[in-house]
Amino acid sequence: MSAARKKTGKTLVAVLAIAALAAGAWQIRPLSPAPWTDAEIEILRSLWIASLPPLTPDPTNAVADNPRAAKLGQQLFFDTRMSANGAVSCASCHQPARRFTDGLPKGQGIASSKRNTHSIVGVAYSPWLYWDGRKDSLWSQALAPLEDPNEHGSNRVKVVELVTQSPEYREEYKILFGAFDPAEDDAIDSAFANVGKAIAAFERLLMPSPSRFDDYVAALLDGNEDAQAAALTTDEILGLQLFIGEALCIQCHNGPLLTNNEFHNTGVISFPGEVPDKGRVAGVREVLADAFNCSGNYSDSAGADCTELEYARTGAELIGAFRTPSLRNLENTEPYMHKGQFTTIAETLRHYNEASPAMIGHNEAKPLGLSSRQLQQIEAFLGSLAAPVAPQIL
Amino acid sequence: MPSKLIGFVILFLLLQMSALAADPEQEWSSHRGVYKISFEAELDPIEINRIHAWVLTVRTSSGDPVTTAEISVLGGMPMHDHGMPTRPRVTEYLGEGRYRLEGMRFHMNGRWEVSVTVKADGKVDTAVIALDL
Repeated sequence: MSAARKKTGKTLVAVLAIAALAAGAWQIRPLSPAPWTDAEIEILRSLWIASLPPLTPDPTNAVADNPRAAKLGQQLFFDTRMSANGAVSCASCHQPARRFTDGLPKGQGIASSKRNTHSIVGVAYSPWLYWDGRKDSLWSQALAPLEDPNEHGSNRVKVVELVTQSPEYREEYKILFGAFDPAEDDAIDSAFANVGKAIAAFERLLMPSPSRFDDYVAALLDGNEDAQAAALTTDEILGLQLFIGEALCIQCHNGPLLTNNEFHNTGVISFPGEVPDKGRVAGVREVLADAFNCSGNYSDSAGADCTELEYARTGAELIGAFRTPSLRNLENTEPYMHKGQFTTIAETLRHYNEASPAMIGHNEAKPLGLSSRQLQQIEAFLGSLAAPVAPQIL
Repeated sequence: MPSKLIGFVILFLLLQMSALAADPEQEWSSHRGVYKISFEAELDPIEINRIHAWVLTVRTSSGDPVTTAEISVLGGMPMHDHGMPTRPRVTEYLGEGRYRLEGMRFHMNGRWEVSVTVKADGKVDTAVIALDL
């Protein structure tokens, strides 16, 4: 071998060694030291479960934080007698073992409902309920499935009769809401609203517990590198970097529940064989006209404190827009999106990466151009948000 | 050359950021210079996902308070082609050119533009308030 060749060979080895070291440094960079800027740490803190503020009171529901009402609400939540066939309860679709979802594209009660079953964990923080926000309180939402022919298929007269007359509920109802007097004006509608208010008091207790992601943020803020390494893998951390950065997920999935509870058209295709769902543009009309809304006669706030409803936005921009779901506890809650169009998280992430034009309205999301490896890392990070629902069964 | 370009871009962004820093005394001139508008948000700093009120102050270009303004407000994110999640409106005149604006809510971090259109004495003009949340 000539001297020149030897020299070239040595240079090549040196270059390769430096490249290997650089690659190695890149691999360990996320772990030690933590790769975050001060601004990013503040973003992580904003997603941390410890940043979740205390639940604000619900002035429209006088028993919202009454433990007695919550206990009654829990019993009603699991009671199949509030259905036309005696077989459907709230828990038929909102199954505790599945993070209060059902594993189906669309809810299945008496028949198939119109949309995918939302998890109700942490939902008490949302000003709007349902995928299209057609309800503005937990109690008002709880009433709708009872009378939906595809869900419970019952009616308010039968529901009120059960809750005000049956031996196991009669006394509790009386203690909480006063004796039921059928001769009073609006007796049935008022008592029906009370059923919703008791169920809402139970649902307000359904909160997520800390996940590995939360442990990571706690360790990061504490400067504990061992605890950081124990909480998240390198891939999960890289996924988190993408989540709050290049992948733009955080724009809608923000705050400690990883949702802004607002409405966005992200170009999700319609359910096979169905015309595209109009979403929020129809939902906002419904909630404004709803007799059980915040400003209606059955609200305990007498029409006050209805700022969200009063300033609710309407109009064409909301065509095909649906409420951002929380990303906490995605595990065991497939399929995803408003009609369960996507079976896996990977499929959902590919949808956002491509961001094709919407069938109706316009897709707010733009193509991301992420690699399949990056999409896997985001999926890994989402897995770190899994945690049991905080113990709440009374 | 690319590093120089990057340097200029960074400098430009820094200058932009400093221009957008919160300043209670800051006024925004309307497009044709008819009005000067300033605001004070009930939340300081403004947080996303919380509905809140602003107080808008409207003055003429010479600094006199505008007492009979009809005001309409539209907001949105130019990067995302969408508006605000709420429809805010002025609910009360507070005197001295100050107006209570209710129903403000932002639901994403990033660049927002709030267009305030003022009509008074037959003169209509719009100011755009840029916010980085």
